[in-house]
This record gives sequence, structure tokens and C-alpha cells, in this order.
Amino acid sequence: MAEVTMKVNGKAVTKSVKGNTLMTDFLRDELRLTGTHVGCDTSQCGACNIHVNGSLVKACTMFAAEADGAEVSTIEGQSAADGTLNVIQQAFQDHHGLQCGFCTPGMVMAAASLLKENPKPSEAEVRDYLEGNICRCTGYHNIVKAILAASGQDVSAIAAE
Amino acid sequence: MYSFDMVRPTSVADAVSALGQEEAQALSGGQTLIPTLKQRLASPSVLVSLTGIAEMQGVCREDSGDLAIGGGTTHATVAAEAASIYPALAKLAGGIGDPAVRNRGTIGGSLANNDPSACYPAAALGSGATIVTNTREIAADDYFQGMFTTALEEGEIITSVRFPVPEAAGYAKFEQPASRFALTAVYVAKYADGVRVAVTGASENGVFRWTEAEAALSSNFSPDAVAGLSLSGDDMISDLHGTGAYRAHLVGVMTKRAVAAAG
Repeated sequence: MAEVTMKVNGKAVTKSVKGNTLMTDFLRDELRLTGTHVGCDTSQCGACNIHVNGSLVKACTMFAAEADGAEVSTIEGQSAADGTLNVIQQAFQDHHGLQCGFCTPGMVMAAASLLKENPKPSEAEVRDYLEGNICRCTGYHNIVKAILAASGQDVSAIAAE
Repeated sequence: MYSFDMVRPTSVADAVSALGQEEAQALSGGQTLIPTLKQRLASPSVLVSLTGIAEMQGVCREDSGDLAIGGGTTHATVAAEAASIYPALAKLAGGIGDPAVRNRGTIGGSLANNDPSACYPAAALGSGATIVTNTREIAADDYFQGMFTTALEEGEIITSVRFPVPEAAGYAKFEQPASRFALTAVYVAKYADGVRVAVTGASENGVFRWTEAEAALSSNFSPDAVAGLSLSGDDMISDLHGTGAYRAHLVGVMTKRAVAAAG
């Protein structure tokens, strides 16, 4: 066991963790932040995407001990304290960017990273950036549309599917 | 996963000493090792995380003109910071896996693992890079010794990788769409003393140099120069994604595309 200290969604936490505790298990089981989903647990699906020191990472493929001293953001930290959705979350709702919602936390975290690096991405750039995020419901179309809308681009010409 | 301890040294010296423990294993970005641990294909007693070592981070141009990349530098950092110095290498780094994988995976980890379908081994061999460890410097030609096999000794750490910057270079990857590894990929680099061609994803023996193509491209650096050349598929990887003969064919196609990309 080793003690780790990190900031999660702005709040300092200190816990004892085992060497083999994954970030997903730490967030979900220790901190009860169950918005970070475990879809595949094999680094394929991106449902567990979080930000560590501002970078998008798959929480299932990082140990909690490696996040010692880091600033971590999860889906729970994306909306305002009163529950008001951020611009990306709102766009997912407005453009029907989810069906079952299981992949959505990872999609929103990936979209946030993309728009930070590239505030006005093209459709091709959005699709390329989502390479590591799998959705089994939507066919991606409305997810891409929602992210383009969240970037402030006009999506009215993109047909709903 | 089996249980193990984790240590996070902040210097190469401390990491080397931690790796001296019984059944210790180095952990870099973990994008291959962590899935391996989950499958219980490895059972270290202690993982020595290399991600907290500042001296193994970063990209810089040395006085000699070579590009030096710290062993713990992520693919995303190479993609961003090497772009102005060695664009073909930066482009290769920016095409590994997906954005989240690129934010964790490192050049040292990739070269130490030497996956037969990984991208970085092709860049290192194709550039005639030097693998710098805590004890010595190893030429890429001596470093790669077959699938998942390298010249690294037990407990040896890749601290940096030094790339001579070519006059022109290109990388063409035929992507396996699910894993985004190379089904077959070719790295081509043109130096004053000749052209180097390195192939990944094809051979049962891991990354290799295609010497016939090197000779042809050294006298005429154009896609047409390799038009008449072919490789045998007998020693190539054959799986559900492609036969050995198919991969052998792809080597020719990807070589032409890599030369065209080098411009």
C-alpha cells in the first residue's frame, strides 16, 4: 500500500492504494465517482476517459499510484455545481448525441480535449480524434454533430440521422 | 492482476537501483504492459514507474544537429515538439493508437517492447538511430533482435533515443483498423550517404531493413525505383488480417507511398 494525494475535480484527496489499483477502480470504488465507465477494460473503448494534468487518458490503463500529485478531472466535474450542463454536454443533449449513454462520459471528456487543442475542428478531425472512443448505439453521426455544434459551428445543414 | 508494489523514482539512478530488486519490472506509459498485467501474462513483484523521472522527458536538438528524445517522452509530445525538426518522425508519433494512448505511451516503452507491428521500431531502424541507455549506446542495427527481443539487458533503461535528421523521410502505414497497429508499414529516410528503408508489421522476425530497396532508392529516390522489386512472403506474418504474401505485397506498396510522402 502507498499513500497517494491528488486533486480530483478541484478537491484534494489522500488515500492508501495498492500498487495494482487502476485509476478506474480508484475513482469508482474509493471515491464513488461512478461516472467514469468501464466498457472494455482493455484500452479500446474510451468510456473511462479522464483528464490527468489536462491530458486525455484512459483511466483503465493507468495506475492510481501514477496519478500521485496530479490534477484529475472526471465527467462529474464537467457540469456546474448546480447541475447546469457545460456547452459540450448541452450539445450532446440538444443534438441527440447519445442513446444508452454508456460511452457518453468518455465521449464528452474526449471532446473537451479536442476542443482545447483545436477549437474549430472539421468533421474529419472530430472523427479522427474519436478513434479511441467506441459507441455501439448512435453510429457516431450525432456525436460528431454535437461536438461540431459545441465548437460554435453551424450544424443546421447536417441532416439528422 | 496479480498483486505487486509500485515505486516512482525521480532519477535514473534510483530507478536502476529499484530495478535491482527480485522480479522488478520497469513501467513506462503502460499502454502495453498494463493490458499484459491484466491478462496475468506478467507477474512482477514490484513495478518501477519511469514516468516521474524529469531527466528522461523532452525533445531537443543537439549541437551535432541530431534530435534527442528522452525515453519517457510521450507520443503526443513527440508529435508536437519534433514537428519542426523531424516532421516524418513527428507524424509517425501522431499516428500511433489514439489520442489517449498517445498521451501515455512513450518512445522508450515502445522500443523496449519491440512489438513486431509497432511504429517506432521502423523509425529508429530507418533513421539509424542510437538507443541510449543508463549504461551504453546501442546502434539501431544492433538493437532489434527479433519479435519482442532487443539488445537490452535485465534492468537496463532506455534514457533517450538519438535520431540523425535526414534530408527527407516518409512513413506509410497500412493500418489494422481495430488496433491501429501497422498491418504493414514502411519508414524511408534519405541521408547524404544513402537511403534506409525499415519495414514493420510484416516479418516474423520483427522490424527489418529492406536492403534491395535501399540500394535502388539510393541511386534514384523516387517511387518508381522500387517498382521491379519484391519480397518473399514465406517469413512474413500470416494471420486473419492478411497472409504472408499479402504483407509482402504491401511492403512494396507502402515503400512507394513512403517515398512519395517524403517528397
